[in-house]
Amino acid sequence: MDDTSALRQTPLHALHLSLGARMVPFAGYDMPVQYPAGVMKEHLHTRACAGLFDVSHMGQVIVRARSGNNTDAALALEKLVPVDVAGLKEDRQRYSLLTDENGTILDDLMIANRGDHFFIVVNAGCKDADFAHLQKNLSDTCDVTMLDDRALVALQGPHAQAVLAELWADVAEMKFMDVREVSLHDVPCLVSRSGYSGEDGFEISIPAADAVDIVNRLLEHPDVMPIGLGARDSLRLEAGLCLYGNDIDTTTSPVEAALEWAIQKVRRNGGARAGGFPGADRILSELENGAARRRVGLRPEGKAPVRAHAKLYADAEGREEIGEVTSGGFGPSVESPVAMGYVPTKISAPGTQVYAEVRGKYLPVTVAALPFITPTYKR
Amino acid sequence: MLKFTAEHEWLKIENGVATVGITAHAAEQLGDLVFVELPEVGANFSKGDDAATVESVKAASEVYCPLDGEITEVNEAITADPALVNSEPQGAGWFFKLKLANAADADALLDEAAYKELIA
Repeated sequence: MDDTSALRQTPLHALHLSLGARMVPFAGYDMPVQYPAGVMKEHLHTRACAGLFDVSHMGQVIVRARSGNNTDAALALEKLVPVDVAGLKEDRQRYSLLTDENGTILDDLMIANRGDHFFIVVNAGCKDADFAHLQKNLSDTCDVTMLDDRALVALQGPHAQAVLAELWADVAEMKFMDVREVSLHDVPCLVSRSGYSGEDGFEISIPAADAVDIVNRLLEHPDVMPIGLGARDSLRLEAGLCLYGNDIDTTTSPVEAALEWAIQKVRRNGGARAGGFPGADRILSELENGAARRRVGLRPEGKAPVRAHAKLYADAEGREEIGEVTSGGFGPSVESPVAMGYVPTKISAPGTQVYAEVRGKYLPVTVAALPFITPTYKR
Repeated sequence: MLKFTAEHEWLKIENGVATVGITAHAAEQLGDLVFVELPEVGANFSKGDDAATVESVKAASEVYCPLDGEITEVNEAITADPALVNSEPQGAGWFFKLKLANAADADALLDEAAYKELIA
């Protein structure tokens, strides 16, 4: 993996190097996994103060109805996602899922109503496939555009609002999942109050040419530390948030993944716009009847981290395999190992004891409610 | 006698017993350790066997047995406080003591100058 020549770089790449980041290949990009402070300090600093993440590798897409009527774009998007897009108010964003005909998950994404178009953020590893999927399915009524000329950064943590207030006085007016186009030092940016850490915070889309300037202004604040992908992963895991490719993928349905909350009533059986998305038969049925397995939180009882792909067993002898860990590691804030994985629904109640195979041993693991921390979203 | 391996372990050898740990370079590369699993006292290992496991927030890594031998003592202080490996990798953060099967095997390991060249 020494050959990084084919890797893409974000507009902040040189800044990462100047900050002493350790870079790794991720989703085709050369990305910072940690800075000199290290994963542990970066994680704890984000929960205590504020952390700044480069997430420019993610895909930023605009969907605009050619009719000029944004409802047409909403209804077109609803053919691809099981969520209420038409009911999403202007300047609001919502978590969503692209599903396939099998009722499993092609990607998870954020959809924001920008009044005359929808602004969508998708995972880096899926963005080319997502873009093709959106174009193929929406192009008869909508223009679908990938924004290749913008950076995306996340400012997360309890001090995020105070930090951003130094560039934009009215930031406190925003609530969780609000979206605003604002001028940060005369640079037009799109700010949403959202993130992937379990903390209050913001995601900021910035024209690529101005990204270094804006990020440097945020990093100048004494409360802000740059945070790499390592801590991003431990933060989201403690927050119980899915990582596409680990916890959800084309082998998992939304109900199996415990993402029912993302599917509003209007799209379920009996709703005004029930169904009409790929895999609706399975997903609507599972919403009513449940699925055979379920994503749960897992707390190893000992100190040994239980990581992704560890097999789960009903018994301490490894006789009855019941599932697999999909994400796992050490939670710096909970000060113990934490994990997520799939178990049969009949034994998915918090408190149930199962066993994870780690280096040939069967370690006791307790099914736990997610998230592992108390999120501080400003609802 | 202080020796090193290309797998970033150090050995301080006295009277045929090697005190083994990971180098400062290895500790820095691994990052903050959160878990250490040590071998059983009395266990016999061949060179290259997995003798211990260290885990950072991000990942698990194996510590290999640097030579053939028997474990005579382990440092429980680092299982209680894995951060000790980061703060004092070549001191209080040692892993285990290994009674070498053949003391002469150590001659083939790297000396400090050769190890420093390796990580330069």
